[in-house]
Formats: sequence, C-alpha cells, structure tokens
Amino acid sequence: MKHKRLWRIIRQILGASTFILITLLFLDFSGVLHKYLSFLAKMQFIAAFMTASVTSVVILIAILAVTLVFGRVYCSVVCPMGIFQDGMARLGRIGRKNPYSYSKAKNILRYSVLVVFIVVCSMAGFAGLASLIEPYSAYGRMAQNLFQPIYLWCNNLLALIAERVNSYAFYEKEVWIRSIPTFVIAAVTFVAIGFLAIRNGRTYCNTICPVGSILGLFSRFSLLKMHIDEEKCVGCDLCTKNCKASCINGREHLIDHSRCVMCGDCMAQCPQEAIDYKHIKWTSEFAQKRAEDAKVTEQKPEKVDEGKRAFTLTSLMLLAGAATAQTKVKLDGGLAKIEDKMEPKRGTPIVPPGAHSLKDFTRRCTACQLCVSKCPNDVLRPSKELTTLMQPRMSFEKGACRVECTACSEVCPTGAISLITKEEKSSIKIGHAVWVQQNCVAVTDKVECGNCARHCPAGAIMMLPIDPKDESSVKRPVVNENKCIGCGMCEYVCPSRPYPAIFVVGEEEHEMI
Amino acid sequence: MKKDNHNEQGKKITRRGFLKVLGASSAVVAAGGLMEACNGGKTTEAETSPQEPPKGQMTYRTNHNTNDKVSILGFGMMRLPVVGGALGASGREDPDAPLDQEMINRQVDYALEHGINYFDTSPAYCKGRSEEATGIALARHKRTDYFIATKLSNFAPETWPEKESKAMFEQSLKYLQTDYVDYLLLHSVGGGDDCYQMFNQRYMDNGILDWLVEQKKKGRIRNLGFSFHGDQKIFDMLLKWMDEGKYHWDFVQIEMNYLDWEYAQQINDRNVDAKYLYEELTKRNIPAVVMEPLLGGRLANLPDRIVEQMKRREPDRSVASWAFRFCATFPNVLTSLSGMTYMEHLKDNLLSHCPLKPLTEEELKFLANIAKQVYDLKNIPCTGCQYCMPCPYGIDIPSIFAHYNKCIKEGNLARHSKDEEYARMRRAFLIGYDRSVPKLRQALHCIGCNQCSPHCPQRIHIPEQMQMVNDYVEKLKQGTL
Repeated sequence: MKHKRLWRIIRQILGASTFILITLLFLDFSGVLHKYLSFLAKMQFIAAFMTASVTSVVILIAILAVTLVFGRVYCSVVCPMGIFQDGMARLGRIGRKNPYSYSKAKNILRYSVLVVFIVVCSMAGFAGLASLIEPYSAYGRMAQNLFQPIYLWCNNLLALIAERVNSYAFYEKEVWIRSIPTFVIAAVTFVAIGFLAIRNGRTYCNTICPVGSILGLFSRFSLLKMHIDEEKCVGCDLCTKNCKASCINGREHLIDHSRCVMCGDCMAQCPQEAIDYKHIKWTSEFAQKRAEDAKVTEQKPEKVDEGKRAFTLTSLMLLAGAATAQTKVKLDGGLAKIEDKMEPKRGTPIVPPGAHSLKDFTRRCTACQLCVSKCPNDVLRPSKELTTLMQPRMSFEKGACRVECTACSEVCPTGAISLITKEEKSSIKIGHAVWVQQNCVAVTDKVECGNCARHCPAGAIMMLPIDPKDESSVKRPVVNENKCIGCGMCEYVCPSRPYPAIFVVGEEEHEMI
Repeated sequence: MKKDNHNEQGKKITRRGFLKVLGASSAVVAAGGLMEACNGGKTTEAETSPQEPPKGQMTYRTNHNTNDKVSILGFGMMRLPVVGGALGASGREDPDAPLDQEMINRQVDYALEHGINYFDTSPAYCKGRSEEATGIALARHKRTDYFIATKLSNFAPETWPEKESKAMFEQSLKYLQTDYVDYLLLHSVGGGDDCYQMFNQRYMDNGILDWLVEQKKKGRIRNLGFSFHGDQKIFDMLLKWMDEGKYHWDFVQIEMNYLDWEYAQQINDRNVDAKYLYEELTKRNIPAVVMEPLLGGRLANLPDRIVEQMKRREPDRSVASWAFRFCATFPNVLTSLSGMTYMEHLKDNLLSHCPLKPLTEEELKFLANIAKQVYDLKNIPCTGCQYCMPCPYGIDIPSIFAHYNKCIKEGNLARHSKDEEYARMRRAFLIGYDRSVPKLRQALHCIGCNQCSPHCPQRIHIPEQMQMVNDYVEKLKQGTL
C-alpha cells in the first residue's frame, strides 16, 4: 500500500527541512535569516518551557496535543538532535543491512535522568549544567562550535574571490574559538552522540534525553500508533532489525510506544505490509506490559572506544589551534604591532541587554549558543565558570555591543534575553565603566587621548585634568555612572594593551535609565 | 599610488551575478585552454601592442646652472615595488616584504634605455631602503649617463646634531655607490607647527646648510636646492635669501599638478597654490622640479564621468597622461618626478613624454575645468606617501584615506540614507573598509595624539579627518545618515 511509504517520505521531508533550516539559523551571520527562522528555535520543547510566555504555553500545549494524537513525531521532525541522529544512523547503515535489535526500555536510567534534570533546572545557577543533555541546546553547541566555522571558511573563500573581482557580495568573517571548554563539550557531544547513532540509532533519545522521556510519557497514550498485525506477520523480524529506537519486539508483535518516534521505517520495510499506523485500543497497552516483562535477548551497546575518541578530539583541537595561529599571521607589520587585548577581571559578569538580571538569566538560559552565533561584533562568548558553564557572557576585546544591534534578543528562544527595541537598548544599564589609572595612556604615554569619551554613545564620559588642582595637566576620563549603560565601547577603543584602562563591570540587576 | 587604476572596472556585482561570473569564468578558462591548444599558440598581428614607448624620443630640458640635459620625466624612487607585488598572499601589499631588486634593476635599465636620466631618492624612502636599491641598480651603468638626486632627510630630532646630519649625507654617497650627488635637497622644508623653528633646528643651528655649500664647492654636490611643502613664509624667506645673495638655490622642488595649481590653498588653507610657487621660481630663473604630478595616483584614478571627458578628447591616452603633460608644458619645469612602481606605469609615462606634446591654451582651460570637478569631489588630500607612518597606536592612516577616496571615486559615498542606491553604497563602503583596513587599525582606534600630522607634507590634520571618517562609518552603521 502506498500510504505506508508515504508516511515515511513526509517524515523525511519535514525532518530534513527543519534540520537544514535550524542549522542555517545557527550558521548564518548576516543578520537576515534569523528574522524568518528563529521561530524554529522557539518551537523547541525546553526553550518554550523556559520562556513561560503566552505564546510559549500555546507551543507547549500544541506539542503535547500533537504527541497525544500522533505519538512522538516531535522527535522526528522538530528536534534537530533527533534528526541529526537519524542522519548519522543512515550513514551507519551503509554496508550494514538490518543492523538493529530490540532492547528493553531502560526505565530506571531515563526517568532518574529526567528527575535529576528537573531538579537541577529548578535550582538557579545550575541550568547551564542541565543543558549539557538538553537536546536542542546540545545540537546548537555543535552547530555553533563545529559547523559554523566550516561555513565561515567557505564564506571566507568566496569573500576572497569576491574581493579580487571587486564584488561586495560576500565579506570575510573572523573564525575563532570563543571558549575552549564549550568547544570541547560540543566536540565530545558530537562524537559521542554521533557514534551511538551510527551504531545503534536513537540510543540517546531513549536513555538520556529529558524531552524524549517526557514525550514518551504522553505517547504511550497517543491516538494513533504503529501496530503489528499478527495475522499478516510472518516473523521475519525485519521491523525489529530496522528500528532505530530498538523498540519493536517482532517476535511478540509488540511495539514500545514510549520510545517509538513514528519514523515509519518499519512500516516501509515490512514485506507483508503487516505494520500499520492507526488507532488502537488501550488494551494493547497491557499486552505491551506483558512483553516488557518477558525475557528477551538483548544486545548491550558496545562501549565507546575512549582512546580513539580522545585521539580524534585532540587532533581536532590541534587543527583548530593551527587555524587560529594562521589568522594571526595575516596581521601585517610595516605598521606598529598591535598586541592582543585580554579580558580584565570583572567583579560581576556582563550579560546582554534584555536579560532582566544575572540571576534570572542564569536560571533561564539553556546555553544553546544561538545568540553567540549571531553576535555580529564578537562580543558574546560562553562562560567558563562551572556554575554558568557555556552560558553567554560579554567581553569587548573584538568589538563593542553596538547601539543599533539587538540580534541576541531577537533570537533567544528561552526568554533569557527578552525581546527589546533599539530605543530600549540604549537606555538599559547592563554595567558600568571603571577607570584603571596605571593603564591609561594619559599616565603611561603622557598623551591626550580621550578616545573613550569621544566614542561613548551615551555621552557618559568626561575628560577632566588628572590633577584637579592643575587645569593644564593631562586629561583623564571620568565616568558619569548615571549615564553609562555598559556597552563596552570605551573598553574596545581604549588603546591600552593588553589590559584596557577603562572597562565594564556588569550589573546584577539591569535597570532602565 | 597608481596601483588601483588597473582594477578600475568599478562594476557593481550582485551576489547572484557574482556566482554566475564564477561559474562562467571557470567555463571560459577551460574553453580558452582548448582554443589555445587548437591554435598551436600562434600570435596574430592584433596581439602586439601599439602602446610600446619609442626610444630616442625623450624631451629634455637644460639646467642653466650646470648645463645638465635633464629628461622631462624623472624617476621617483619612493614607491618601489616589493616582492609579491600589490596583491600579496593576503590580497594586499605585504608591508614587511623586501624590495624587489630584480624588478627595480629592470625598470632602471628600461628607463635609461628610453632616455630617463634623473633619479630621485632619499634616505627616508621605503623605510630607508630606497637609496641602497637605487645605488645597486644605477651602479651597473656609466656614472655620467644619469643624474642622482637625494636629500638630507633629517626629520627625527636624533639626526639634528651636526655629526648625525653629516653622517647621513656620507651614508647616502655610500649607498648610492658614488662620490658626488648631482642634486641635493634640503628635504621637505616648511613642515612643523613652527616652520622657522623646525628649519633652524634641522639646517641652521647645526651649520649644516653652510657645510653643504662647502661640499658644493668641493664638487661633491653639483646642484643644491630644497623641496618645499607647506608654509609659504619659509618659501618666501628662502627665496629672499637668494635675492639678498646669502644662499644660491640651483633648483627648487615643488608640489605641482593641475589640481594644486589653483586649488591647493582652498583644499587646505595651510598650503600654497602651485601657481604662486612656480611663478616665484620663474621670476628668479630657478629651475623647478615637480613632485606629486599625479598626487600619488589620485589624478590617475578619477570617477567615470571625469574620465569620460578626457577620453573623448584623447581616447587612446591614459588619464595620467593629462597630468604629466600639464606639468611638462611649463617651460621652467626641469623634470616631473613620478614614482613608477610597475613597468606599466613606466611605459605609460614614457609615452606621455617621448616626445612631449605640450598642452594648448584650450587644453589648459579644459584641465582647469577638470580641476574644479576634482576639487568638488572633496577627497581627503592624502597621496599615500607614508611619511605619517608608523602610527604608534597601529592605525593604518593612508589605507583609511585611500578607502574613503576610492569610495568617492566609485560613487559609493552615500550622502543621505534616502539616496537611491543607499543600501548598495553602504554595503560597498563598510565591506570595503574592513577589506582595506583590519578592524583594529581603523579610524575608530585613533586616539587623536596628533603625532602624525607634523609629518604630513600635505598638512592634513589627520586626527580630524580620522574622526570625520569614523563619524561617517558610525552613521552608516547606525542608519542615521
């Protein structure tokens, strides 16, 4: 019957489109695509849960309703991590026919992970750690840390050619690692989940993923389900051997609906057309229960080869390191050498305008890196602190948080950075500048500088004589803390290197001035 | 610098267009290879250029002081080629690259073959490497076949003491592999905030000028003169000294071209019109050596609508040829110096002078009108001489100004956000800016210390202009133009 293949084809098309678009959302740096695509991030389960706005509640209810009707289709067509695993599994099936087998649900593992996840999430300050296993954020980190650099290199190649032919169609964008720990975590996630997916399909979804576990609770009771017709079944076991979720017990003609993601592979594979996607009565649930208890041979997934993984990781990191060293060589030198700036020690970290407070931000952010991948001024980078690991922080070595840009607030799917206008942004105080006398060129080079004052968009810096009694003495910057919004322009344009002579300290509570 | 003019397509290419071109060009390359293979590499008559400069046709002027027969085109050794060329590995000239001595030798040989016999260098040029390179190239020829001009470039206070300044002259002779200099100049007189004070510190207090006069008597210097930029007071003073018989100037080097002729002072009121300078020299029968006839290439690099007017008159001659013919038309000009970085510049300039076709009255009027149009472009008057560099805070001053001027030339300087092509112009300006100047070397990072301005022969107030460029960039970025 045609519709049995059709279901799978629709699933594949929908899944592939979401996956491509959501990946593009992370790759794009032009500031154009996110206006059309950021809804895809806002549709993600945990993101919607964290936002807790009217729209996000509607999204949550919709996801649960869809799950109650169709089962876990969310995992097959909305979740980028799920679709990523489908892709990797497909790679894994090259040259391997019928590679999977049935395994019992790891209920103790998956529900205890879920409980820990919920507990950790509800405690402010640990959301960053919880996000390690959150599927959308984990995928986002991979996209930002691993895929975006490749995209940028391709873009830079085009930019180079464009420059030679006097075209402005493409422009160069610097590629740099914003935080080593986050990069390593993204790489480990990629290798681990990718490896599991290649070997065993959706292991992660059915053992670790908190979203999978929650939706599994609902999909048990879904209206439509995959069902094996015992009359037609000849026991060939092809469905079992092709189930990425390892949830079909072919011999007993049973399917674990809490794990099934409605991929339709079994339906398309069955030579007898014995599997159907239809409404079945609740009674089958009991049969299911019986099957779970029955003894079934299980294949334990092989252990990941730690040594091999470590090797791949190190070589990946070495490669990336070599690449950054090369970009530095590009800086020329008939000109005075410009020393790289270093981040000063800020008492309070700075989080983007639109975050209400440091506490609220820390609680809500799932560290998906979408804002980091969008920041056109290279201001945002993941935190290295354990309690806020991978959540974005601001620093101004490569640029300042420019007044006209609200990109991070436009894309944030969790409401950690709420949507603000340019006008609002120019009056939100996220930090305040402080002056470090011994670094200032007015003291070290005895020159009149005033670059911080000249470029302050808030007009918050005055230049006053360094010696209050001597009007003619060289001038130093003085910050009017009532006007300073903490945008970091002063810090960025300060000529003092490696540490700036004026830098921003974050505010715990952001306020309008 | 004339480097940019060969890249002058100025075409506006959209992203789609660009991708198309990319695909098509690879196809064309493949097809071209095939065609060549079929032709068997035969060359046809149409392929030989009609633009090869002739030999033995150079126009000469006579310096009445020494009866030197000087070619009307002189070779400036300030913009010498570097290894790797203008498009280095990074797509722009590598400032650390060594000079391309092989190319310099080739160009000097070619220049001499075609009648150029005046070579102008300085201890300061090309980060101090010009004299040595010039010496190497020239020493391969007979000393009497050419004239060497060099300068006493004691700009840095450390070189003001008598001993240091004298050592500079002796070092010049060593580098140039000779025991006499044909033309020696006091370098760039008229700079500094107080031009008298600066002049005295460099040449009078240490007795260097008198010492140079002595050297002239000894025959180690054949002609003594000065190059002038800036404050008119000092120019007038030096000529007065000559009127009073205190010092004799065998020649004076001035900045002259059809723009500076009547607009130098309007462009920057601290400068003097070339017309005044030239006429003062002519009154006293002092031969004038012309520098910046092209304004560092800016007069070769004009917007299409101006180019069109020139090409309608002389379709086969370069835009630059007008600027050279303008200078050489004046009879008291001994030679015009051109820094010809590449062989193409040299050949094109030779064509303009072999032989010289002086401008007619009517053509001079035409150029006066062109000058008005160029003045109206409101360029930043930077010639890219690099005297201001290196900026201690790492700013790439000439590249910033060059980018700004390039955008004016290519029509990419939007004046208002309601301009018809505002979005395209904005993109071209901002992307081009990041391409021409690394972010940390852009105008935003100029702290305004003003250590650069005193070195600028064009007397640009550099920090002010930096701020002007940056304010413009800010407006583009914030969308408030």
